[in-house]
Amino acid sequence: MKELVILSGKGGTGKTSLTAAFAAVSKKSILCDADVDAADLHLLMSPTIKQKTDFKGGGLANINPEKCTECGQCIELCRFDAISDDFVVDKIDCEGCGVCVDLCPEQAIDFPIQTCGEWYISDTRFGPMVHARLGIAEENSGKLVALVRQEARKFAEEQNIDLILTDGPPGVGCPVIASIGGATALLIVTEPTVSGIHDMTRALELAEFFKVPAMVLVNKYDLNPDQTDAIEKVVTSKNLTFLGKIPFNPAFTKAMVQAKTILEYDEKSDISREVKEMWNKIMASSEMNTDN
Amino acid sequence: MIISVASGKGGTGKTTIATNLAFSLGKGVKVLDCDVEEPNAHLFLHPQIEKTESISTPIPVIDEDKCTYCNKCVEICRYNSIAIIGKTILTFPELCHSCGGCMAVCPEDAITETGRELGVVELGKSGNIDFIHGKLRVGEAMSPPLINEVRSYIEPDSINIIDAPPGTSCPVIAAMKNTDFVLMVTEPTPFGLHDLQLAVEAVKLIDIPCGLVINRSDIGNNDVRAYADKENLPILLEIPFDRKIAEVYSKGYLIVEKMPEYKEKFLELYNSIENIVGKA
Repeated sequence: MKELVILSGKGGTGKTSLTAAFAAVSKKSILCDADVDAADLHLLMSPTIKQKTDFKGGGLANINPEKCTECGQCIELCRFDAISDDFVVDKIDCEGCGVCVDLCPEQAIDFPIQTCGEWYISDTRFGPMVHARLGIAEENSGKLVALVRQEARKFAEEQNIDLILTDGPPGVGCPVIASIGGATALLIVTEPTVSGIHDMTRALELAEFFKVPAMVLVNKYDLNPDQTDAIEKVVTSKNLTFLGKIPFNPAFTKAMVQAKTILEYDEKSDISREVKEMWNKIMASSEMNTDN
Repeated sequence: MIISVASGKGGTGKTTIATNLAFSLGKGVKVLDCDVEEPNAHLFLHPQIEKTESISTPIPVIDEDKCTYCNKCVEICRYNSIAIIGKTILTFPELCHSCGGCMAVCPEDAITETGRELGVVELGKSGNIDFIHGKLRVGEAMSPPLINEVRSYIEPDSINIIDAPPGTSCPVIAAMKNTDFVLMVTEPTPFGLHDLQLAVEAVKLIDIPCGLVINRSDIGNNDVRAYADKENLPILLEIPFDRKIAEVYSKGYLIVEKMPEYKEKFLELYNSIENIVGKA
């Protein structure tokens, strides 16, 4: 079983559009959307949901005013300033640590487990897809990412599919860390801008930190060929694979408006051909063909 | 005045709007880059960093001589960051959320705290703009405490511009809460609209007035405008796609530096925000 996780550090470099295009080329992979708080892959995949499951996160403190003697212990213990002077827990500030719950001398605090999202197994025109939706302003995104990846793996095993294509979240924090553990390789999609380089470099440091092999592709490379060269230098100086570059092409947006991948939008175009070549390079890479 | 610049979707132009708005206003402005996972504002404002502070979060240290293996710390910890196997006690500091529960519950006073580095906060000046950003240590998962550290430099009497992270989960809320106005930057594409809707729902939860900037306003379709209309979200600025802007941005310049005609638009944008906040 192999898993390619597509990341970028910086948002908006084209991760999701390329993931979808790769799914259209690959034809025999399972898709996994690990960007659970602003998931977009389903907008191109139009999945038919086959199975929907609640995601239970942690508990949330809730003070029972009938039992509370207003002793103030919970306010003193709470390190997240989530309890007001009149003993009401702020749902957004509560971290769900349960310290007030366990240490309330009157046992006046309930700790109901929260449903903080949903995850789905769906069918798409390119095969199965596992995805999720984290509730707005919820915590536990890392937990949900880990769950979605685990379920994708389970489903792939059942269906005898040997490749998982995972669309990762932006950044380098909690959900990204949850996206990369145990992956076969990371594909980092960047753009030739100062922020693209900066954020890619941090994503590469993260890959190194967790010892997952990473490869880099520059999208919209012609917006600044000098920066593209600079990216290639950074990547090769780290002894990593520089896969190549894809030009800026408004067809990606046009395809998105029609809820299509670039290949479906215009299969015969140069850009579709370049995406296919890129996919072949990825699949032939040593990163995707070494057991780790 | 505290304005947070947010987006839902990444790469719509949050940093571009935040930095160009700050530069156009100039003196008396503070830029607080709260996208601590991938801070970018410094790449356009080129601040002189004057001070760097390492920020850490408390994690437990267990004195094995005092520990009686009663298991109370393991039971209170919701993050599985302490385990006892026989007479061995293990801590997993990277899982700790610093709630202090283990220390509070330990009957033997065997637990003290040390710090786990979250990252750094850097302070400096870019011309006459005050600049503050946080940089999460690569490998660290927990960003909200670092975001709160950056926010501790807010001065309500100045104009504070917060560059928020993308998404809609806890780090975004940490960046946007208790601000006077959320300026939402979007692009008129299906991805832009979808993530904008989620971000607007998050702003509703914390009840802050909100307005839109539509970036690359001539690509995609008209659905973002229809949504703004339906939700009564004012569109405060539209910036068409322009290859020149993309090139200027790619090199680390501000739009207003290379295309000064935009300065007036950013000043107007601030006036519109002031009007909305004044009426709220």
